[in-house]
This record gives sequence, structure tokens and C-alpha cells, in this order.
Amino acid sequence: MLAVAIVERVVWAVAALVVLGGALGVIASENAVHAALSLVATLFGVALMFVLQEAYFLAAIQVIVYGGAIVILFLFVIMLLGVDRFEMLWGRERHAWRRPLAVLSAAVIATLACVGMLATTATPTGAPSVTGKVGGPGDDIMAIGRSLFTDHVWAFEITGVLLTVAVVGAVVLARKPQRAPIDLDEFPLPEPEPDVLDDLDDPGAESAEPGDAADPEPEEEAEEVTSA
Amino acid sequence: MLALDPLLTGDVGWWPEVAIVVIKVVLAFVALLVAVMAMIWFERKIHADMTNRIGPNLAGPFGIFQTLADGIKFFFKEDLMPRRADPLVFRLAPYLSLIPAFITFVVIPLGGRFDGDRQGVIKLPGFHKETLLQVADPHVGILLVLAMSSIAVYGVMLAGWSSGSKYPLLGGVRATAQMISYEAGLGLAVLAVLLRTGSLSTNAIVAHQSGWNWNLWMTLFVPFVVFLIAITAEMNRPPFDLVEAEQELIGGFHTEYSSIRFALFFLSEFMNVVTMSAIIVTLFFGGPDGPSFGPDWLRALLPTVWFLAKLIVFLFLFVSFRATLPRLRYDQLMDLGWKAMIPLALGWFLLLVTVRIAADNDWNPFATVAVIVAGFAAGGLMLRKAIRTSAARRAAEEVAI
Repeated sequence: MLAVAIVERVVWAVAALVVLGGALGVIASENAVHAALSLVATLFGVALMFVLQEAYFLAAIQVIVYGGAIVILFLFVIMLLGVDRFEMLWGRERHAWRRPLAVLSAAVIATLACVGMLATTATPTGAPSVTGKVGGPGDDIMAIGRSLFTDHVWAFEITGVLLTVAVVGAVVLARKPQRAPIDLDEFPLPEPEPDVLDDLDDPGAESAEPGDAADPEPEEEAEEVTSA
Repeated sequence: MLALDPLLTGDVGWWPEVAIVVIKVVLAFVALLVAVMAMIWFERKIHADMTNRIGPNLAGPFGIFQTLADGIKFFFKEDLMPRRADPLVFRLAPYLSLIPAFITFVVIPLGGRFDGDRQGVIKLPGFHKETLLQVADPHVGILLVLAMSSIAVYGVMLAGWSSGSKYPLLGGVRATAQMISYEAGLGLAVLAVLLRTGSLSTNAIVAHQSGWNWNLWMTLFVPFVVFLIAITAEMNRPPFDLVEAEQELIGGFHTEYSSIRFALFFLSEFMNVVTMSAIIVTLFFGGPDGPSFGPDWLRALLPTVWFLAKLIVFLFLFVSFRATLPRLRYDQLMDLGWKAMIPLALGWFLLLVTVRIAADNDWNPFATVAVIVAGFAAGGLMLRKAIRTSAARRAAEEVAI
């Protein structure tokens, strides 16, 4: 079993590096697209962790749903809205209370994560743990399927209906009826700027200008020739 | 860790188990690369024949080394990058489209006998070990294929964006919309196969089809047709190659690419053709299943021969698509994906479920068929009505303006 243990350790180390590196990239990248790509790396690392935990179905779904759909949509929005240019991240802090609050929430999350990690038994509180293995006969896919379509069938179906409603709602909201074109009598075009008009309509000014404008150029050329 | 292969049950040591796995990986890698090079030559030759040209004929007999010559040429060409490109992503994108094509290949059973109760297990001579003729057989086999095809979007999309140029961006956006749309039809077509097999593993899918129980007729043809169309769109192959429509977008997402990076995109396209043809054979045509005869060594070899024969049929089919079918318009592409493929695949899935429940409960077959036909007619008419109503409303809206 030695070889398997070593392979598992190596895979774990690689996955951990990918997860942490990706997470750092998400918060440290100045370019929104790079941040989104770092997020993909993190999601892949987490999928690898799932594989190590023998949760193959979760790993596949993680890649399909998060890697293949959600982040793709992030990127789509970033590209279409053109917010993919560098943004200033190091501006003045607007709210002084944000920093202690961030430290506090990070501490809470770290504590919860530690509790989750230390509660490694399958039933720490009497009920099956979220970190434990899925019960029941068959592999993890069968166990998840049975659980979804027996014990949690209502939650599952209602979630499906909710998502459908959300999609239909989004389509309805996005498809506004097009308005009639603006009536020019009601909203006349703004008057052109007076100085623009002067330039266009006054032939005297135009005839006077070319000479003034053209004069410096030959001089420059002459200078260039002499200097060369 | 992974009880995926008879090789990895019991004690697993560096020698010979891990060594065998590494050898399998290397062999599969080399086989795929050789197959892709042959495929490029095959496509150019067949396409040339179909369009009344000669095709490659100078490098080696029948121009068979043309791909090799092109590869060497690409390596020595100048590699250009636009000034407004994002250097990191620009360099990363070709690999992002190449790697998913490789990974898909690991779940394909390339041979082994599935008759009787053999499950494709072969004995390795000299090692006293048994293994499968596929690199890995994860429980989630076919989900891995779907995951990789959804990851393949990144390569095209990021290549389009990172070029910092208009046409590639348009090509990338088109590709993303197209690939996401057809993924739904693809998944629903695969569902029909999974319903019959009751397992996601490719090995189990092939084993379940052995003895001419091919999913092609066991799922009544329609899922295969939907899968074929959806997979062609996923690969951005003609007639769905709007991503690189040269009349509109120059080269689409790879306009700004040159040298070996450009070659990598083409390598990944052809690799996708090979792996996806293999997936079609695995899902619907019994994989290595076929008539078995002769002495033992021939019986062990024949499955691989059948697999390759079926593979070549599909490679030819994809080439002939390219040579014969005109490119779809963008709205036709979206209409086909959303209004035809998805409802059809979903309806067919419900049909197969009904048939199965009817068989389990001994319902009257005539009544079942009648109800199914009525249900299909009602669903089809409602869909048609909905599409026509929305088209009419849109027309009325435009008239009102």
C-alpha cells in the first residue's frame, strides 16, 4: 500500500498548492480576467481534493457546473461589459470599520474550518457528518441519487422549479418591448456649438488659416534636412 | 485509492502496478498523437478527393508525411503576438484547448473481450496481472467526458479575448454561446444511454452493449442523431464552424495566432475529432464489440480491429460533413440547438423512461405506444405553437415601431 499512499500524498500536495495559489490569484490579480482564471484553478484543485476523498461525482459536478458554466459566464460578462482593464485596487479606504470586521470574519471562518477538519468521525453529533462518507449500498453516485430522489425529493424538485422560474423571469425582464424612436419635434437635437459653426460657415477664416497652419511644416522639414 | 481497474485491487506497489499504469498512459498518449497525425493526412486527402483536388502528394508515399513536414515548418516560423494582447493568457490558451482533448481519451475502452462475463479484462503476459485496455475507468466516466467538453470552451474563449483584437473577440464570444447551448442537448442525448446502462462508467456502458445490444438501436436512433449533431457543434466543426467563419471573421478566435501556437489549435481540433468519434463508438456502437472467431490470439485482437474500423467510419463521416454541408447562419444554429435538439432529446428521454416502466409493470404495449404517440404529438404541437406565437409577437412589435 506504500505506493498508493505516496501517490495520494503527492496528489494532495499538488491540489493544495493549486487551491491556495488560485485563491491568492483571485484576490491579488489586478485584471478581472486573470482573477476569474485563478478562480478556475482553485475550483479544479477542490475537485482534485474531492477525488482524493473518493467523492467522484462531486468532483465531476464541480468541474462541470463551476468550472464549465459559472466561471464561463463570469468571463462572458467581463468580456462583454469591457471591465477587463486594470482597476485601481489600492485606493483610500472609505470605511475604517471594514478592516477589523474582515479580520473577525476570517477568524470565524478559520475556526469553523478547524472544527470541520477535527470532527473527522462520521457522526460527531449523532447525525451523519458533512465530512463523512455518503452511506448506503453502491458507489457514491448511487448513494447521492437515492438520497436526492427519496429523502430529499421535494427539496430537489422545488429547487428545480425555482431555477426554472428564475430563468423565465430573467428572460421576461431582459426582453423589454422596444420603445418607439424619439420624436424629433418633442426632443429636438441639441444646437451645434457656435464656434464649430464659425469654422464651417466663415470662408474668410478658412482661407486665412491654411497659410498659418501650413507655414511651420516646411520649416520643420528644412530643419530635419539640415540636421540630417 | 481508486478501485477502477483490476490491476489496482489488492496490494499495489511501484513494480509492476504503477509502472504498468505509467506505460499505459504513455502508450495511449503516443497512440493518440499518431492517430491525430494520420487523421490530418486522411482529412486533407479525402477532402481533396471530394473537391476534385489532389491534396498532399509530395512528402512520402501518398503525402503521408505531410503532417510531419507541416509540424516542422510551424516550429521554425516566427511567433507573433499583437501589442494589445494579454501575454499570459495568449500563451496559455492553446494548451487549454489541447489538454481536454487528451484527457477525454483516457476513458475510452480500446479493446478487450466483452463477451460472456469478461468485462474487457485482459491478462498481461509475463506479469500475472489483469487490466483493462483503457487508461482509467472512473465511476464517473461519461461525466468526465462532459466535464472536459465544457472545459474546452476556455481555450477558444480566452484565445479570442486575449488577442486584443476585434474579430478574435467576436469569434470567441460566438464559440462560447454555441458550445454552452449545445452542451445541454449533448447531456440529454447521453442520458438515454445512461438510462439503459445504469452506470456512468464507460467500461460498463460497453459491457452492457456486448452481443449486438448496441445502444444505437436500443435507444432507437434518435439520441445518436442528437449526439452526433451536438458533438459536431461542440467541436466547432463544419457545418457549425461559425467560430472561424472566414468570410466574416477572418480566422475567428485564432486570427492573431501564428507558428506553433496556431498549430496547437489545429492539433486540438483534430484530436477532438478522433476522441469524440471514439466516444460515439463507445456510447452507441458497442465500442470494441463485434463478431469473434478463430484462435485465442485472434479473439483477443479482433475487438481492437472492430473498434478501429468503427472509428474510421466516423472520421470519414466528419470529413464528409466538412466537404458537403454549407455553414449554418448564426440564428439557424441557435434555433437548431434550443428549439429542436433540446426538446427532442428531452422528449426522447421521457419516451425511453415510459417504455421501461411499461415493460417493468407489464402494461398493455399497444396502449403504451398510443399514449406515447399522443404525448409526442401534443408536445410537438405545443412547442410549434409557442415558437410561432413568439415569432408573431416579435413581428407585431417591429411593425408597431
